[in-house]
Amino acid sequence: MSLWTAIVLAGLATLATKLAGYAVPERWLRSPRMHRVAGALTVALLASLTVMNTVASGQALMLDARLAALAVAALALWWRAPFLLVVVLGALAAALVRML
Amino acid sequence: MTVPSQKTAMTPAVRMGLSIAFATGLYGISFGALSVAAGLTVWQTQVLSLLMFTGGSQFAFIGVIAGGGSGAAAVGAATLLGVRNAVYGMQMQRLLSPRGWRRSVIAQLTIDESAATALAQESPDEQRRGFWTAGIGVFVFWNAFTLAGALLGDALGDPRRFGLDGAAVAAFLGLLWPRLRGREPIALALACGLVTALAVPLVPPGLPILLAAAVGAVWGWLRPAPDAPREAA
Repeated sequence: MSLWTAIVLAGLATLATKLAGYAVPERWLRSPRMHRVAGALTVALLASLTVMNTVASGQALMLDARLAALAVAALALWWRAPFLLVVVLGALAAALVRML
Repeated sequence: MTVPSQKTAMTPAVRMGLSIAFATGLYGISFGALSVAAGLTVWQTQVLSLLMFTGGSQFAFIGVIAGGGSGAAAVGAATLLGVRNAVYGMQMQRLLSPRGWRRSVIAQLTIDESAATALAQESPDEQRRGFWTAGIGVFVFWNAFTLAGALLGDALGDPRRFGLDGAAVAAFLGLLWPRLRGREPIALALACGLVTALAVPLVPPGLPILLAAAVGAVWGWLRPAPDAPREAA
């Protein structure tokens, strides 16, 4: 398979995957039970993304400057800092710890 | 998060979407530089960002190629990492109910950042604004910075030096935070975070988040019906 073929195939496969989610009939998702599933799924996905971005390094776990970003962001959120400030503080914390 | 009735264009969802879009988009530089280093041309690199447009899958694709893997293996790794986008799609289908041509556009823009920004909002209008701002914003910045990275190579250095990976951590925690009201969502978030961390070294990339999603889905399914006091989304 040429590199171009692989690129186009992989692009189409990921697009098809994205479309597949929207092919689920909407009425299946409307019941009260699915509503609760969706609520729990939201927390699950966001928690997983947070942890993944904090400790994953490829297929290894790595505790590094990102932990400082997590801690500083949590403190800022606790003090009700606005979202953008939280993001900037997270970046600053990681950059500072790396410089040390 | 209480969203007051704002008439300005800069609603909280738009601001969140823009900050995430910029922080994520900058990562396009490292993707572009790594892709060219892996042996792809500038054009091939750009087509990945335009057509595939889901960062994890793109890094996986060039990672396999850089490691001397076959094209088929690269396609497999990229596809596997993209499966979570189908889970986001089901969620977005419920929030945004897109029709016609919009559905294809929305599907292509369905990635971690746009789904997370939409899911973090309470009102349907804000969910819609959050999705579009983050989706289009990441698309524009990601592609522009991919091109910059591919052309400049690694002259720009590692974006982690500027703490961009810390920005991503803070952004996702910031999106999760408003949902952590009460004991139950906190317990669920901790459980899913633990499952993710435990799964990272054990299963192929892309699966940990799906395992966490499965835990969340089962949790929601088994949860008793009546005590659902403030479940907005």
